[in-house]
Amino acid sequence: MKKFLLTASAAALALAASAGYAAARDQIQIVGSSTVFPFTTAVAEKLGQSGKIKTPVVESTGTGGGMKLFCQGVGENTADFTNASRAIKDSELKTCKANGVTPVEIKVGFDGIVLANSKAGTVVDLTKEQIFKALAKNVAVDGKVVPNPYKNWSDVDASLPATKIEVLGPPPTSGTRDAFVELVMDAACQEEVKAANEKGCGEIREDGAFVEAGENDNLIVQKLEANPNAFGVFGFSFLDQNADKLQGHKVDGVEPTFENIASGDYGVSRSLFVYAKKEHVGVIPGMQEFIAEYTSEAAWGPDGYLADKGLIPLPDAERAKWAEDAKALKGMGS
Amino acid sequence: MTDAISSFGAVGRPVSIHTDDAAKARLKGRYRTETWFKWLGAAAVALAGLFLVLLLSTIVTQAIPALRQNYVTLPIDLSAAKVDPAKLDEVNYDAIAQEALTAKFPNVTSRQDKRLLRGLISTGTGVFLRKDIAADPGMLGGTVDYAVPLDDFADLYLKGLLADVGSDEAISTSVTPSQTSGDIDLTFGDDAMLALARGHGATEGENGMLTLTSGASSLLVAFNGGTVKLTALSPAANGTVIAKGTVIEALDSTAPAASGQAFLRVIETPEASRKISDKVIVWLDMLKSAGLIESRFNSIFFFTGASREPELAGVWGAVVGSFLTMIVTLAIAFPIGVSAAIYLEEFAPRNRLTTMIEVNINNLAAVPSIVFGLLGLAVFLNFFGMPRSAPVVGGMVLALMTLPIIIIASRASLRAVPPSIREAALGIGASKVQTVFHHVLPLAMPGIMTGTILGMAHALGETAPLLMIGMVAFIVDIPGGFTDPATILPVQIFMWADFPEAGFQQKTSAAILILLVFLVIMNAIAVILRRRFERRW
Repeated sequence: MKKFLLTASAAALALAASAGYAAARDQIQIVGSSTVFPFTTAVAEKLGQSGKIKTPVVESTGTGGGMKLFCQGVGENTADFTNASRAIKDSELKTCKANGVTPVEIKVGFDGIVLANSKAGTVVDLTKEQIFKALAKNVAVDGKVVPNPYKNWSDVDASLPATKIEVLGPPPTSGTRDAFVELVMDAACQEEVKAANEKGCGEIREDGAFVEAGENDNLIVQKLEANPNAFGVFGFSFLDQNADKLQGHKVDGVEPTFENIASGDYGVSRSLFVYAKKEHVGVIPGMQEFIAEYTSEAAWGPDGYLADKGLIPLPDAERAKWAEDAKALKGMGS
Repeated sequence: MTDAISSFGAVGRPVSIHTDDAAKARLKGRYRTETWFKWLGAAAVALAGLFLVLLLSTIVTQAIPALRQNYVTLPIDLSAAKVDPAKLDEVNYDAIAQEALTAKFPNVTSRQDKRLLRGLISTGTGVFLRKDIAADPGMLGGTVDYAVPLDDFADLYLKGLLADVGSDEAISTSVTPSQTSGDIDLTFGDDAMLALARGHGATEGENGMLTLTSGASSLLVAFNGGTVKLTALSPAANGTVIAKGTVIEALDSTAPAASGQAFLRVIETPEASRKISDKVIVWLDMLKSAGLIESRFNSIFFFTGASREPELAGVWGAVVGSFLTMIVTLAIAFPIGVSAAIYLEEFAPRNRLTTMIEVNINNLAAVPSIVFGLLGLAVFLNFFGMPRSAPVVGGMVLALMTLPIIIIASRASLRAVPPSIREAALGIGASKVQTVFHHVLPLAMPGIMTGTILGMAHALGETAPLLMIGMVAFIVDIPGGFTDPATILPVQIFMWADFPEAGFQQKTSAAILILLVFLVIMNAIAVILRRRFERRW
């Protein structure tokens, strides 16, 4: 028994000692947005399969969390890439610069935000104004700003079905929610509401008509299947993967299809980014290979494997430009 | 009984207190409550059992499809013209496998159809092929029959999870095609087809014309070695029916198929409501009827690392990660926990300080696990600069979490050793340390081990503390050491549950089953240890 205890303690000590010593990293580390996660992981896996480098480790921390880790500084203990479902903010860029980090921006594609319901439900054609009226916390009625009084879709507009307004969507911590607020709620904000309260446009009602369904989009899909009257808000890739169960609704008369989002006709789409740490190129092996793989036609082109995963490709000219800038490692603010 | 009571009677109580009617009623009431309680208890157990069965049966039924994977056997050309043995790493194995597949369908010519066809086999095919050739160079030099894993949708379809597919039924009338490929007309000998189409969601138009849109069930007619998908039907002269259709697989000839020679297959789920098109279904059925498809034990799932493709995703990386993490946890928590318990129980003086430590240990056992994760992030990662996503950090965080549990369990089992053992040892001249290590600790060990294993099982199922230290990451390579990036089983389950691809649903359940098996094994070891070594006093 004594022997066993001694061995065990020795093992523990040895472990503790070895932990302090970190070997030079030979594997890329990527953090950031959960929206870009499926695409970056696909690229990482492809690159790993090719045998050129060790498969990069991709962690889903959210855009904000990823930026924090990414801009922390230069060195083996910091991330090499970060995924972002929005462009880097000025404040984040400032932090990066202060810590000696030069980000290289790569716009990798678009993501459409769709409003969908179960195939058993009815298809509706919504305008952004109608969505705003249905979901805003405060709306203008007869020139006065009041708490949202609409209960049914038909209250918002007589042409819509007389079913209860019930929308399942992402929580405020989500990048999808930020984009939805920016692209729909802010864009279609009523003048009166804007004037009454600066925060008013982005505020979503909390009286039960909008249900925060958490970050797990699979859960939303299941709930929509169970309730044909409910609508869900999520990224296009979930609609694409669940096309057998869900149907997307037109917004401002445009259907949320791959082609419409790619051409920019569909109004509710955002750009997705990947940021590389210029200082790590040449230090951490594989940085350039990863950038080259991500920006290759086989990956992000219209027929690439990322399109199968639901990423909407950039227009040809824009792709060429971003690929060139990325390969030249054009750093931001330098 | 009565005698005893009457003796009480002597001190002035009425003798009849336990025998009168009121007493009998009370007794009856007591029995009634007892029966009630028994039944309520049984009902509670039954309810708990029911939920357990419900949970387990849902998981097991969902997991079963993931235990098998469908493969298609293709003749792969590995002759020197295709594969240069000197440059094995530069060969495009995917292209070779896809060529073998398209060769099976010479009629598929359009670019889009070819792409659809190539999508039937897994994108990992090239990787498997390269690995197998490296392991067995004897494969080179000729054409070998090689089993290629199918893509997730093809696999799910063959498992019956994507669409309601009927079986082939003979058509009891003649069928005459106008052409062998393209959009053709079919003439049916009687009008039975009309009623059938109406029953499967065809839309009625002018002149009794029925249109089968993508929202209706698919009607596939197979004859003359090909398959035609019906798009519209209209009644014609002499009670016959003329149907328009699209040829999916070309017919051999335009000869009329006699009654019973043509077969109808109805796919109930409309094409628009499923992720697999009629074409792909026909191709898969052709491969299946040619005997090229076989369902095998899914070794990919058990012995590979994570992947973004459901058919390539495996749990082995997570299992190894769990194992490494648990080793670190055990190596840290067990010696420290047991030493602390021995000191506190056997050597420490009883004073205010030790009482406070005791209370704090008990409280620590109840601290939410995410707090330990935050501590790990602040101390191990940010202050000591240890690697993210590494089992060594995960193990240390889990060890902190398990420590109080081990200390409490160890102290309880040390306390359970009778004082006479200690006194006897001291009595024959053993020192305090000898008493503890030679006599008390061996007797307490089964209890300590049980407590430790239960604590470890608890740690194995933890996800929350690992979120903070980067173990929620997509890691393909199997971790080779304590500082390699790794993930663990519960985290793998958490990630798979969030992936949009339908194929991951079964994988999630299967991974849950594996985790449950691990937990059952750990608990079983705890029970066996206790049974074998426990001494009763």
